[in-house]
Formats: sequence, C-alpha cells, structure tokens
Amino acid sequence: MIGISVAYDLAGLMFAAIAWRSARDAGNPRRLGAGLFWALLALSFLAGDYLGDLANGILVLALAVLGGFGLMGRGTEACAPREAREEQARRWGYWLFPILFLPPVIALAGTIWGPALTWNGRPLVDPKQGTLIWLALGIVAALAATVLYTRQRLGTPLRDARRLVELVGWAAILPQVLAALGGIFALAKVGDAVAALVGQYLTLDHRFPLVCAYTGGMALLTILMGNAFAAFPVMTSGIALPLLVGRFGGDPAVISAIGMLSGFCGTLMTPMAANFNIVPAALLELPDRNAVIRAQVPTALLVLVANTLLIQILGFPK
Amino acid sequence: MLSLVGIAIVAAGFAARLNPLLVAVAAAFGTGLAAGMGVLEIVAAFGRLFNTNRYICLVYLFLPLIGLLERLGIQVQAQRLIGGLKAATVGRTYLVFFVLRQVLAALGAKDLSGHAQMVRPVLAPMGEAVAEETLGRPLAPAERTLVRAHAAAAENIALFFSEDIFVAIGSVILIKGYLAANGIEVSPLDVSVWAIPTALVAVVIHGARLLLLDRRLKAAKGVVAS
Repeated sequence: MIGISVAYDLAGLMFAAIAWRSARDAGNPRRLGAGLFWALLALSFLAGDYLGDLANGILVLALAVLGGFGLMGRGTEACAPREAREEQARRWGYWLFPILFLPPVIALAGTIWGPALTWNGRPLVDPKQGTLIWLALGIVAALAATVLYTRQRLGTPLRDARRLVELVGWAAILPQVLAALGGIFALAKVGDAVAALVGQYLTLDHRFPLVCAYTGGMALLTILMGNAFAAFPVMTSGIALPLLVGRFGGDPAVISAIGMLSGFCGTLMTPMAANFNIVPAALLELPDRNAVIRAQVPTALLVLVANTLLIQILGFPK
Repeated sequence: MLSLVGIAIVAAGFAARLNPLLVAVAAAFGTGLAAGMGVLEIVAAFGRLFNTNRYICLVYLFLPLIGLLERLGIQVQAQRLIGGLKAATVGRTYLVFFVLRQVLAALGAKDLSGHAQMVRPVLAPMGEAVAEETLGRPLAPAERTLVRAHAAAAENIALFFSEDIFVAIGSVILIKGYLAANGIEVSPLDVSVWAIPTALVAVVIHGARLLLLDRRLKAAKGVVAS
C-alpha cells in the first residue's frame, strides 16, 4: 500500500537536493547555515518517524535557531531572464496551463475513484490520506511529463525549487512550527483556561451582546491562536451552547456554522496563520511580510460584522 | 490560568516584530513550563507535534513543477492571455477568479488553486500586467506590492468563505462531531447550508473592495512613478 510516507520521502529528497545546492552557493556568505537548515528539514521528512520525539524536538530547535537568528543568508539562484521566458512561452504557449491543473485533477480523481483500486485485496493508496498522496503522485507525473516533453535536464526543476523555497526561507517551516505550538496549547489545556476566563467575566443578559461576544471572541481567539479549529470548541462551549442555545433557544447548526466563519475572519488578520498570510507574502516577494494581511483586514472586519448580524437574524428561528 | 502565558508571549512577540520562529519556541516553553511540564518533556512534545504536522509542508512539493513552468514562461503566457482582454482591470480579473474559486471550492474542488500553484505563477502576474496597462507605465514598488497582495487576499478570502459549503470539508466535520459530543445531532448538510449566506456576503463586500481598488489605481494614472 502506498502511504503518506511516500510523499514525505519525496519531500525529503527534494529538500536534500536543495540543501546540497544551497551549501555550495558561492554567492551566499552564510551558505553552510542555509545548507544545514535544509538538510535538517530533509532529515525530518526522510527519518522523522525513526528519530524519536526528543531528537525531533532538538531538530526543531536547531531549525528555529538557524532561521530565527539569520544564520541562513540568502540564496542567489536566479530566475531565467525575461527574454528567455518569453521565447519559451512562445514555444509552449497554452500547454503550460493544463500541466498546472494536472496534479489537483489527479488528486480529485484519486480521492473519488482511488479507493476502488486494490492490490491483493488491500487498497493501493492509503484512503485516509488519499488526497495528499494523489496530489504528490500527480505532481511527479506532471513534472516527469514536462521534463521529458520539453527536454530539460533532471536537475533543472530542483534548481527552480531552490530558487522558490529560498524566497520563503525560514518562514517555510513556520506553519508547521505554529501547528506544533497549537498542539502544546492543547496539551496545556489553554482552551479550558480561556473558557474559564470567558465564563468568569461574561455576565451579559441580553441576546445581541452575547452574539457579539461569540463572533468577536471567535475572531480574537483565532487571531491569538492562529487557528479557528482551536478557538471553536472554546468559544462554543463558553458562550454559544450554554447561553445562545441553552438560554435563548438558538439553532446550534446555524450558530456554530457562522461562528466558525467568524473565526475565519480572524485567520485573515493574523500572522499566526502563516501558511495563508506569511508564506504567500514571501512567495510573492513582497517587502512587507504583513502586506497580505493588510489587504485582507477591511474585508475580514466587514464580514465579521455581517456574520454577527446573520446569527442574530437567522440563528433564532423561534 | 497561568497557561495563558504562551498566548501573551505570542501577542507580545508579534507586536514587537521579533522573529516568529523564536516567538513560537518561547511560547511553547512558556506554556509547557506553566503547565508543569519538564524542559525535556516540552522538547519531546514539540518534536512529536512537529513530526505529525509534516503534511503542512507537503505543499512545497509543488515548487519544482511551478519553478519549471515559470522557466517555460507560464507567467508571460498568463499576461499574454489577460492582455488580449480589453475590458480587463485588476479588480475585475481578481473578482472573476474570486467567484470561480468560490464556486469550485463549494463543489469540493478546493485544491485546484493555491498560493504556490496559482497565485504566484498566474494570478499575480495577470494583475500586474493589467495594472500596468491601466496606468500606462511600470508600477511603482508600493503599487506592485498592493496588486500582488490583493491576488493572495482574493485566494484566501474566496476559499475561506466557500469551502464550508461543501459537506465533506474538515470544519463541517469538526462542527458536527463537536455538537454530537455535546448531545446535539445535526447532519453535515444542516451545517454546510448555513455557510451560504456568509459566502454571498463575502463576494459582495470583497467585490466592492476590488472595484474600489480599480478606482484607486485609475486615480494614480496621471501620477508619474517615482
């Protein structure tokens, strides 16, 4: 059976190749730090399941030190010049777009029909992680087809991957590190402490202020924790279920659905949601890492107000 | 109550614009120590959680393909494609993307787009080309940042306020499971149907903002880029 480890191995090999090239990048005065960073990340992807928890923890701390104290420098892999790319575009034209869509289409098809594929009575691809595995296989297929058809050297896509990943730099691991931090919050029962705080100080008797406290609380807690999924149980058991549903007879499905979307308003406004806000700013080579957040804040606040009104209007049908 | 120290560290660290990796590590140690965990215990827990969350970084598997397509001129081709449409503006381009993104995500095809595989190689270059067409000159650095940042914003906002309409999405399953654990039985459809009003509100609000972005760019037309 093909499991998620195949995708991790592919990523590990890619990071190893990136590490090798960055360590030898003569234009980067801190090339050894950069090489070490990507090599440790490669190790995590290739062998993370065998290292043990403590070694994995030390590995993360080493990554944080290398990235956090600016020991990686900046890679100097350059993009192909505009004229060369224009000539290539004339040659390949609109064929480039179907290739872009090939991996997600394979992922979608694999998720839907993949479970029907079996090998000796067992599923060919682990159905629990189906989408991610099929996406990885789709990327490999699209890459192989493109490299063969356009007659590129095998190392060329890896050079390009290094160019892009070094734009992101240390922020590449930030989403994963913040997810781990969310796990620590859960272990330390931070949610219970917030819920206790909410219950202690929230002595509102009227419906509309409570609705505001729920949607606003969802957004605020999501901003602080970076993840609406972590904020949802805290605010819903603190305000929505006992008060909005219990005392005011609200519809739990409406209130929780729109409550979660109020949390998403918070996601749009926080650097803690690094994969949506910080990594894209780096990928787009923006000078200000909060530029994406800044573009999103007005919409996020207006949708938050609208969500509050929607719960007030739709959430209490009786 | 003491365990809230981690949240305080995060808030203070981001406010002070310290390196987020170091802030996250400090918050993990602060939270763990406050909860009575030992130092090695915290390191091990952090390592285990980092390892189980590796799937988040799998998005970088796209980079060799995207980088190669960039070398083969996909950004140029995207600009050529949009350059043929005389009615195109930045706001309209992003709005058409926004609506398509919402409809497809609501149907469950949310992986068709993303920052690495769509915004960087296609959407942002389109926006830049159209903006330069509108202004009749190369973009100033601040304008380029604004146009690119709005491409990423359109991707995020359209996704967030439409994916929940699809019943088999993580947050709908989470809500159903959470309510069931609290003795309230709802079907996933009961939850997902209530994501529709917010999706409609979002397209109206963000659509209006995108058209305002066009007006802002047009107002800058006479201004010479510094």
